[in-house]
Amino acid sequence: MTRSLKKNPFVANHLLRKIDKLNTKAEKEIIITWSRASTIIPTMVGHTIAIHNGKEHLPIYITDRMVGHKLGEFAPTINFRGHAKNDNRSRR
Amino acid sequence: MAQTLAMPLAPSLSVICNAFNNFSLSNTLSLPLSNQPKYRSLSIQCARVGGVEIPNNKRVEYSLQYIHGIGRTRARQILVDLNMNNKITKELSEEELIILRDEVSKYMIEGDLRRFNALAIRRLKEIQCYRGVRHIQGLPCRGQRTKNNCRTLKGTSSGLF
Repeated sequence: MTRSLKKNPFVANHLLRKIDKLNTKAEKEIIITWSRASTIIPTMVGHTIAIHNGKEHLPIYITDRMVGHKLGEFAPTINFRGHAKNDNRSRR
Repeated sequence: MAQTLAMPLAPSLSVICNAFNNFSLSNTLSLPLSNQPKYRSLSIQCARVGGVEIPNNKRVEYSLQYIHGIGRTRARQILVDLNMNNKITKELSEEELIILRDEVSKYMIEGDLRRFNALAIRRLKEIQCYRGVRHIQGLPCRGQRTKNNCRTLKGTSSGLF
């Protein structure tokens, strides 16, 4: 179910504060965040945000096409490398 | 996938249909409809609505559903909007067909709809979000289980045995 428009998109307060602070300054630095549920809003465009995937922070450069998605969509939590090769056949 | 493969055939079929009508040859195929040149109103052509031909001997509500982008709800809605009786398609007069075409062209159908959907999926793939990655991998992107099932996306052969 979609979120009520009255409430505006969800962005964690600590993340919003960091971004506002960076927007006032000229230089850019990587923002580290654990808030995967935050929506990407237009003020975030152009920043690099390191999103926690449960283990480490993956730096993601935010572009304008990502607006409206959640941060967590860009940092996969599972890393499936395929099944191990079954070597039963070689033993026989 | 099956639909996209099947669709390019439809216009070519219609060309064949029209060709038969124009030449009015005594073909070996002997279509039941091609031997009635007298009755113009009992149209020999397949009715073309929205760039696709729709079957003649079905009621409008169901024959409209052969157009990509029109399902049960929208077909019924079109008939309600036009105050049209649910006749068999070949009984429709030319005026009614024109009205029907105008009504159908208000919706996004066929090629436009396919392009719209393909663009949306390409956008997801380009921004590398979770749904885009799942599209690339050929796996369901709405959180279904993949331990078993999901054979439509994964294909029948791979992963079995």
